[in-house]
Amino acid sequence: MKLPLRFLLPALAFAALVGFFIVGLQKDPGVIRSPLIGKPAPAFSLESLGDPAWRVGSADFAGRPWLLNVWATWCGGCREEHQTLLAIARENRVPMMGLNWRDDRNLALRWLEQLGNPYVAVAYDPEGRTAIDWGVYGAPETFLIGADGRVLQKQIGPITREIWQRDFVPHLQPAGGEG
Amino acid sequence: MMRIAALAAACLLALQAFAVDTGTTFTDPALQARYEHLIRELRCLVCQNQSIADSNASLASDLRREVREMILAGRSDDEIRAFMTERYGDFVLYKPPVAPRTWLLWLAPALLLLGGIGVAGLVILRRARAAKSDPASLDEEPDPS
Repeated sequence: MKLPLRFLLPALAFAALVGFFIVGLQKDPGVIRSPLIGKPAPAFSLESLGDPAWRVGSADFAGRPWLLNVWATWCGGCREEHQTLLAIARENRVPMMGLNWRDDRNLALRWLEQLGNPYVAVAYDPEGRTAIDWGVYGAPETFLIGADGRVLQKQIGPITREIWQRDFVPHLQPAGGEG
Repeated sequence: MMRIAALAAACLLALQAFAVDTGTTFTDPALQARYEHLIRELRCLVCQNQSIADSNASLASDLRREVREMILAGRSDDEIRAFMTERYGDFVLYKPPVAPRTWLLWLAPALLLLGGIGVAGLVILRRARAAKSDPASLDEEPDPS
């Protein structure tokens, strides 16, 4: 049986609409693709969390890949991912810097004492200025920066072993032998 | 009764007037106007259906501070918008830019309207033609016989 066009066309238009909805509604609107990916990582130099006299920043890792993990003691997801961060640090593949965002220095130091410290250095950003430069809008966020200084990957929300293996590790394989 | 209704209306108005912006105001009213316009155009990314003017999230207050400082530093509105989109993408703007990537978005209403006019035109033409040849065919449910 051949349906007349005047029935077929609206049905097709409706099917297309449903298709858009099925794809669109499955996307998480909370995850916004960072415009930073593929671009040079924003440079920063901040006080170290542990020692205000010591400056830490992006220049410390020039020429090699590194991770930047944005965290705070008020952030529930940060507690959730902390064990994974410790495990990643133990792998010793790539150094991880912490960016302590809008936090209290003493609370942050106590957190690291109690839960363990996965970071080679922690930059202290109480006013959130560096976080804005990096387009941070919700902790935890984790960036992978390549040896050429470009942002390779960004994870919004707690990192898990699966996410680490799937989204981060592949970027680390081709770069040099030392890993 | 009227008094209660008026009171209720006043309460609603008061909610509208509730301000989250605790930052200092500009001494120059022109700068203040630019500031207020800009913070209404920028989306708060934590609470996505609010502008940074409406949100009391800490990120929104940080972003308001950035806007205020950039205005004081003499940056133009376009420069401030570019600063935001470089970091947060087009999503931060409530009004997306007109670019090849967003043409469909901007043209969709016009295309749909044209499509509707086209369909309506076809139907009217067909009916007019049918009415001329056989006025009885206008019936919605023609006699099955």
